[in-house]
Amino acid sequence: MTTDTMTRLYDGAEWDFATLQRIHDACEEIALSELGLDVYPTQIEVITTEQMIDAYSSIGMPLFYKHWSFGKQFTQHEALYRAGLRGLAYEIVINSSPCVCYLMGDNTATMQTLVIAHAAFGHNHFFKNNYLFRQWTDAEGILDYLTFAKNYVAHCEDRYGHGLVERTLDAAHALMAQSVDRYPGKKKLNLRQEEERERRRRNHKERSFNDLWRTVPTGPGKSVSELSIDRRRALLGLPQENILYFLEKTAPRLAPWQRELLRIVRHIAQYFYPQGQTKVMNEGTATYVHYRIMSRLHQRGAISDGNFLEFLQSHTNVIFQPAWDDPRFSGLNPYALGFAMMRDIERIVTRPEDEDRQWFPDIAGTGDAMAVLRDIWANYRDESFISQYLSPRLMREMRMFQLHDDPAETEGILVEAIQNERGYQRIRRQLARRHDVGWIDPNIEVVDVDLMGDRRLIMHHNVVSGSLLEEEDAKRVLQHLADLWGYDVLLREVDASDAILTEHICKPRCTLLAPT
Amino acid sequence: MQILDRRLNPTGKSLENRQRFLRRAKALVQRAVREASQDRDISDILDGGEISIPTGGLNEPQFRRGPGGIHDNVLPGNKTFSEGDFIPRPEGGGRGRPGAGQGGGDAEDAFRFMLTREEFLDLFLDDLELPDLAKRRLTEVEHEGVRRAGYSVSGSPVNLAVTRTMRLAMARRMALRRPSPRAVELLEEELAACEDETRRAAIRAEIAALTAKMRRIPFIDPIDIRYRRFENVPKPVAQAVMFCLMDVSGSMSEHMKDLAKRFYMLLYIFLTRRYRRVEIVFIRHTDRAEEVDEETFFRSPATGGTVVSSALEAMRHIVQDRYRPQDWNIYAAQASDGDNSYSDGELTAQLIQNAILPVTQYFAYLEVGEAGAHDNPVMPNSALWGIYDRLRSEGAPLAMRKVSTRSEIYPVFRELFQRREGKPAA
Repeated sequence: MTTDTMTRLYDGAEWDFATLQRIHDACEEIALSELGLDVYPTQIEVITTEQMIDAYSSIGMPLFYKHWSFGKQFTQHEALYRAGLRGLAYEIVINSSPCVCYLMGDNTATMQTLVIAHAAFGHNHFFKNNYLFRQWTDAEGILDYLTFAKNYVAHCEDRYGHGLVERTLDAAHALMAQSVDRYPGKKKLNLRQEEERERRRRNHKERSFNDLWRTVPTGPGKSVSELSIDRRRALLGLPQENILYFLEKTAPRLAPWQRELLRIVRHIAQYFYPQGQTKVMNEGTATYVHYRIMSRLHQRGAISDGNFLEFLQSHTNVIFQPAWDDPRFSGLNPYALGFAMMRDIERIVTRPEDEDRQWFPDIAGTGDAMAVLRDIWANYRDESFISQYLSPRLMREMRMFQLHDDPAETEGILVEAIQNERGYQRIRRQLARRHDVGWIDPNIEVVDVDLMGDRRLIMHHNVVSGSLLEEEDAKRVLQHLADLWGYDVLLREVDASDAILTEHICKPRCTLLAPT
Repeated sequence: MQILDRRLNPTGKSLENRQRFLRRAKALVQRAVREASQDRDISDILDGGEISIPTGGLNEPQFRRGPGGIHDNVLPGNKTFSEGDFIPRPEGGGRGRPGAGQGGGDAEDAFRFMLTREEFLDLFLDDLELPDLAKRRLTEVEHEGVRRAGYSVSGSPVNLAVTRTMRLAMARRMALRRPSPRAVELLEEELAACEDETRRAAIRAEIAALTAKMRRIPFIDPIDIRYRRFENVPKPVAQAVMFCLMDVSGSMSEHMKDLAKRFYMLLYIFLTRRYRRVEIVFIRHTDRAEEVDEETFFRSPATGGTVVSSALEAMRHIVQDRYRPQDWNIYAAQASDGDNSYSDGELTAQLIQNAILPVTQYFAYLEVGEAGAHDNPVMPNSALWGIYDRLRSEGAPLAMRKVSTRSEIYPVFRELFQRREGKPAA
């Protein structure tokens, strides 16, 4: 590492645009040359408090279609902020290219440095390199798409009325969480590839031809009705877990513009899907990066001791993790966990102990922490990251323990595992599971449509560890779903053995049908 | 890298969303406002403030895991537990996950938020409208007038302020010692009279110097010029005066005065919303009336009999002296326990009918009583009520109500000012 000095970037708390430029350039130098980050170009936007609350309430996006629920958010945030119950985030960063970072105008110069290092380099690198974001989001196109969405919604409101549009969006929002593709779909083959595939299959058949198979008795053939059920389901693409997609493509009574609205909501849900799965990693990465950059800036004399202390103060606030019995406890802090894990990995790579060599033979002692981290940032999400890299040492440091709460147990809640030799694996598995969207989100899919009968839509919720859906909310969501579908909807909650635990039926209210 | 300063962008990007939200929640918000305004002190009513509405109609449902089933959780900060220990479930909650419950945040059953003063009052007064609201010439159109507002260095030539300009020019000329034309004339006379050649040359040089200096320092310089500046100011064309008449004789208890006060305050709020300028005149009366300030009106005790006509007479005088009906919207609200001396009845009726009602926009009579006083249906009507009731039945535009508890004030106010549909403006 070089120890060449840098010129002091700023003095005191004041800053202007030249200062921001200098700060950005200094951070960039360290980020690119010393940490080897790879980022989208950045666009820094200085905004006011009110604009920050604005941005909050439209899920951080700079432009968004109009809907009352955002107004509700805004009102809520504003009330909390005014009452002094909640501070505002120092920054918001958008996964787009160029990467847009919002900086609050009220921040001090040190805070701006911290925020630029955190958002413009940490988050930015993560957005650009993590496989989930690469697979699912289109950083170049998102702002254009949002513009389109906003205009389209406004156009629909003009044309078809506020009420109808609002009800359609309400219904779509209710189903948003169940409307993402969880797996990348098959790519459609082009003609040449199809020919190629056909040729390979024929070759395979020819090679493995054996006339004896002809003589093997087959079982009884499938009945016609079974075949038609299979065929029907195949035609409708069932089972389908992306509910809005299914409705967009097959709901019989929606107007074309309503399908487009569903599509917009679905696209936006998909865009945010990776963020929910990478909270710990994303924040951990950004926090680690800003920590590294700030330390280097200080080391090289670009930040004074006093300002560095100011940074450390906010930094420790961010990564503060109260214990479970502390009144301030509100779950695991993703910043704290992420940052601790990144630091821990750095330690394992550079100064491993025997235990680490045993647990992490691949990375222990390889020496280049940044290379290992960059690889991790690119190829993991929270669940896989934790299940791979949560070290026993960190579990001891954070004194993690696992609780098992079985309602059938009368004595109380069982302490299933603690931070010891017997517990490491179990704690790690459980914590990873707590970050797995597959476990957190209820698994609901469309399984069938009674096309011959009353066109009833049949859905299944695959119940995990006996936890049914919250009933009031489920009813309301089903109502929205039935309104969109236009006919009855039946939701069955089934357990692993396909036993039906409970059923909800909902009839449409016909409030969504556009007058034709 | 690009830096943009968005701070100057138009604010209120979320305003439309917020309005949509309020529109959607309107019924709920309105009910909450109504309740809030009944509970809180009316003097605070102009502050707007926090209200809370049930989340019922506003929630955004999602499929969520319910509370049942087996839960596993990983928590930090183990101090004393060993594997296999049992932690007793916390009481009451039923759902026993220590700590984790706090993070859920799904127990939110009321939605609290701030309304601005404007929003609050708008909702508060939403469905109220004064009867025969404005006199036709005093509509709510804002009239702008101009007013002198000092001087400026730029302006249109018609607004040139000559004296000011000349004064500045003179000051400048004196400060810079501009030679006066008179000094030059004197020198020229001297030159004409002078024979001595060297002296003549000196005088000529001096004249040349003086004229050069005069040219350098102009008589009027552009920097001297001043224009009269005018400013647009809204003219208080919509003005209202509110007469508060109250009986303060011994029969009025503190409770009754409190009721009256609340009613006046509501009326005041209402009028301040409607009119740019609202004046209040307090007239208290026993057997004679006097105009007093607010403090005296509500606080200081007085004794005596009750002659209502004295207050009406006082009001008539004040209207004549200070509030010409052509320029003022006149509102009157009278609070009394209903007592009046028997002999005064006819005079009161005449004054009301001939002097007061013709000039007022609105006359409200509020009969206040002790709590529970009006529960008794067989209680005979009071003297004053009888008079007013007779007038009203003859078609006089009087509003009258009986009130005996604080919570009745607001409903009564609403009733009095209910939109009067189909009634043509006078």
